[in-house]
Amino acid sequence: MLSLIVFLPILAGLVILAVPSSQKQIIRIVSLLAALAQGVLAVLIWRAYDPSLPGITASPGGSPLGSFQFVEKLPWISLKLGGFGSLNIEYFLGVDGISVTMVILTALVSAIGVLSSWTIQKQVKGYFILYNLLASAMMGCFVALDFFLFYVFWELMLLPMYFLIGIWGGPNREYAAIKFFLYTLFGSVFMLLVMIGLYFSVIDPVTGNHTFSLVAMANQANYIKSAILGPDNVMWRYVAFSVLFVGFAIKVPMFPFHTWLPDAHVEAPTPISVILAGVLLKLGTYGMMRINFPLFPEVFHASMYVIGIFGAINIIYGAFCALAQQDLKKMVAYSSISHMGYVLLGLAAGNSEGMVGALYQMFNHGTITAMLFLLVGVIYDRAHTRQIDKFGGLSSYMPVYAAIVTVAWFASLGLPGLSGFISEAFVFVGAFSSVTTRYIAMVSVLGIVFGAAYLLWSLQRMFLGKRKPDAAYDLEVGADGHEHIHFHDWKGKIDLDARELTMLVPLVVITIFLGIYPMPILGMITTSVNRLVEVLTPLAIR
Amino acid sequence: MFELPSGAEIQSIIATLNANLGLFIPEIYLSLLFMLLIVIDLVAKGRKNNLLSIATLLGLAGSIFFIYQQHHLPAGEIFFGMYVLDEFALFFKYFFVLSGMLAVVITMADEQFESEVKSMGEYYALIIAMVIGMIMMASSADLMMIFLSMELVSFSAFILTGYFKRNPRSSEAALKYLVYGAVSSGLMVYGFSLIYGLTAQTNLINISSELSLHGYDPLLMILATLLILAGFGYKIGAVPFHFWAPDVYEGAPTPITAYLSVASKAAGFALLMRFFYIAVPHGGPVYEDILGINWVSLLILLSIASMIYGNVVALWQKNVKRLLAYSSIAHAGYILLGIIVMDAFGTQATLFYLLSYFIMNFGAFYVVILIANKTGSENLEDYRGLGKKMPLAGAALTVFLISLVGLPPTIGFIGKLMIFSALLAKGSIYLWLALIGIMTSVISLYYYMLIPLNMYLRESPGSEEKNMDPGLIANIIMAVMMFLTIYFGLFFQPLSDFAKYSSPMFGLKLY
Repeated sequence: MLSLIVFLPILAGLVILAVPSSQKQIIRIVSLLAALAQGVLAVLIWRAYDPSLPGITASPGGSPLGSFQFVEKLPWISLKLGGFGSLNIEYFLGVDGISVTMVILTALVSAIGVLSSWTIQKQVKGYFILYNLLASAMMGCFVALDFFLFYVFWELMLLPMYFLIGIWGGPNREYAAIKFFLYTLFGSVFMLLVMIGLYFSVIDPVTGNHTFSLVAMANQANYIKSAILGPDNVMWRYVAFSVLFVGFAIKVPMFPFHTWLPDAHVEAPTPISVILAGVLLKLGTYGMMRINFPLFPEVFHASMYVIGIFGAINIIYGAFCALAQQDLKKMVAYSSISHMGYVLLGLAAGNSEGMVGALYQMFNHGTITAMLFLLVGVIYDRAHTRQIDKFGGLSSYMPVYAAIVTVAWFASLGLPGLSGFISEAFVFVGAFSSVTTRYIAMVSVLGIVFGAAYLLWSLQRMFLGKRKPDAAYDLEVGADGHEHIHFHDWKGKIDLDARELTMLVPLVVITIFLGIYPMPILGMITTSVNRLVEVLTPLAIR
Repeated sequence: MFELPSGAEIQSIIATLNANLGLFIPEIYLSLLFMLLIVIDLVAKGRKNNLLSIATLLGLAGSIFFIYQQHHLPAGEIFFGMYVLDEFALFFKYFFVLSGMLAVVITMADEQFESEVKSMGEYYALIIAMVIGMIMMASSADLMMIFLSMELVSFSAFILTGYFKRNPRSSEAALKYLVYGAVSSGLMVYGFSLIYGLTAQTNLINISSELSLHGYDPLLMILATLLILAGFGYKIGAVPFHFWAPDVYEGAPTPITAYLSVASKAAGFALLMRFFYIAVPHGGPVYEDILGINWVSLLILLSIASMIYGNVVALWQKNVKRLLAYSSIAHAGYILLGIIVMDAFGTQATLFYLLSYFIMNFGAFYVVILIANKTGSENLEDYRGLGKKMPLAGAALTVFLISLVGLPPTIGFIGKLMIFSALLAKGSIYLWLALIGIMTSVISLYYYMLIPLNMYLRESPGSEEKNMDPGLIANIIMAVMMFLTIYFGLFFQPLSDFAKYSSPMFGLKLY
């Protein structure tokens, strides 16, 4: 099941390879079918998932494999190494409450990304092959439970992303693409060293060999005391934790490692922005929850304060930067940075409320930001500009668009009744109830105010009032006597067309539904998050 | 001085030689092949066909059979300790024969030979001569033998480098190669003479036991090591003995560049490992000199310098061959890391890295040749827009370059993984070396990606519609090499097991 959901897009990519590049429509449909099949599988997994099993790592007295679901475990590579025993790598997939939400999110966003890619006209074949490779790699990251396998998927994302930004991107795409590539590679190569170090430090309780299994690594009983990352080597454990944290923080992206994100977003085509903000950023915080924190719980405990401060900086700094942007897409990009700060803050709280909030925020941010980028894409397609002050009064001419924008914008600023509110509320409840992050949370609340400021201000400038003199569109008086909007070379429907509605309406529904009734997601994640908190709490405090 | 041996002694020497000849069959076979090729060239002079290259390919393929026969032989010394037979040597025998074959294959693809060269007779014979020389380098157990086999390789390589006689860059490259080669082998021989002066032995194992039995002057020993390292460092192209490499790699015919950068470098590593692992004693208070320097620390310096210099200078290159030359300097640094570890795991990692380097580097040069056939250029900016015109070549080159960076799921990643694992298996003492290796490989991403950047992200300036298809055979070879690069990146067990099987050396007490 999990293998299928991971490798379906790659299979679609192979099929596309055989299709002649002139058959653009077939290529798109094959990709769409793969994405839809992925979606169906995700729904099946969601229905069959048993929320009472915690996952994370082995429970005391339980199976050493832990209570993961849909587990697939096959020996992959077993090397005899000279003088060192053997190197064992497993093909080990499984989900728990943390990953299953991300699997659903990934399937959803990938499918919407395919729809959004429909308008790509340049080198369609190459585009969809790379897109499908990216979709597989993302999904693989979320279900891999072997560090080696995780790393392979993690690095596999970089190359398609580089080309997708670099070939189909905006004018400054070369710079943005290589910046993205170098930044993320810089973060991940250190992860490689930590991975090797962990391998030498952890023993699989079943076989007695060294192992890459993340389940075994998350259990401190499996560490060799004197090994390089064993419990005795306090200094190296701190170093390893920091290095991993930076690697994941680059992906989040956390201040001061965030500078690649605005560039990448501004240059990337709309569907890639959607994928980037909707899924890729979540991999950073997912990596922290799956690898960084549970493998080094005592270091996490010592550094909660620092993580919280970085979270607060992200929230406020991101909001301020967003406030200053003229380019709508850049504003949304900075709002992403700000909102990922809530995730960091929730994680730093280290208690169930905060962690649940963080994970729920990851899901909500995925859906809401996907919506925001799609909406930016809609107006950019029509007007070929994203300058906020080139618009004005749009709501009278594009009412449906304006309505959806309003929902998305309000969801993003955390209006009660929409999903973003619940996750942010949980984050703050968690952060306030933790002694460590209480004061940080007080400062961070300001972020909500600034968030409201830039969102409402942009909404007002673009949609309310009248057409500005230098606007990117003209007004014509139609036969019915009303004024109509006219974009220079836009032949399609002025307001949202069917394809755009197909992408946006499900996201709007999800946002509203999860804002009123969050239990479908919360119910799924709570057990796992509680277990994670238990693993993260040092014995002395427990 | 020397006493004349008695008749009985001569009889016994001849008997031993005769008995050992049976253990020398692959080398004899290759020597016969060498002569056969010259004869074929004389007989079939003037005919424009692929007779010679096909004969070379088949001949080399045939030698694999004879090498395979040697697996059941016990490891040991032959010809009075001049030569050894062991798993380590067998590994390199396969390695060199296969690289000879690949050199022939990519020569057949290179259209530049048709315009530059009239006769290919000596060319293929010299490739065989290099194979023989390199096999002997990897199997030598005696200072004399080491020197002779190295010179055989070098002289063949000088001629091959200058094979485009009317091309001044090729001649310049050959001359530079020759001058640097002469100096460094001179230094190396001086180092050998110092060792001989210390021990009165030329056999590596005897040198080792003599040194550890009677002790030695550490300062003299470190001087000898340094001088010998100059010779080996020249062969492997490590900083600071690399100065020839960029010019030679750029000027030589591209198949020879690929051949030198893979095979000749590997031969240097084989020799370096055998010499330092066997002849030089390890540990013990007498070994290090007053400054605490030993050959391991010298190798560490070489390795760091190569990784940093090779990767940083490559950033500014505008010619793809020159860029790959600097990359090969950097890779010498990575391979040295595996040797520094000095254990079985390290040797295994080194051998594995050589295998991965073999596949990805030959692959990269092969695509460079195919592109040069069509565009007539190796300049980075002439690669613009090639991704669209030559889709398979572009994809293949991208895969090879990604592998050279060391990203999964390619064989280059596994090579780096093994090397870094070997370093970290020693605990934290070599962690900083691994860090340098990791940082420099991030730098390398930038210049390797310059090639896909030009191929895919930039449009070609001219719009001339020209047939850019490299042909069916070339496409198949590219596809196979690309497949292998990825396949062995995911299922590397067979190669790694082979590397492990090949790590024992005869007379080795290190691990």
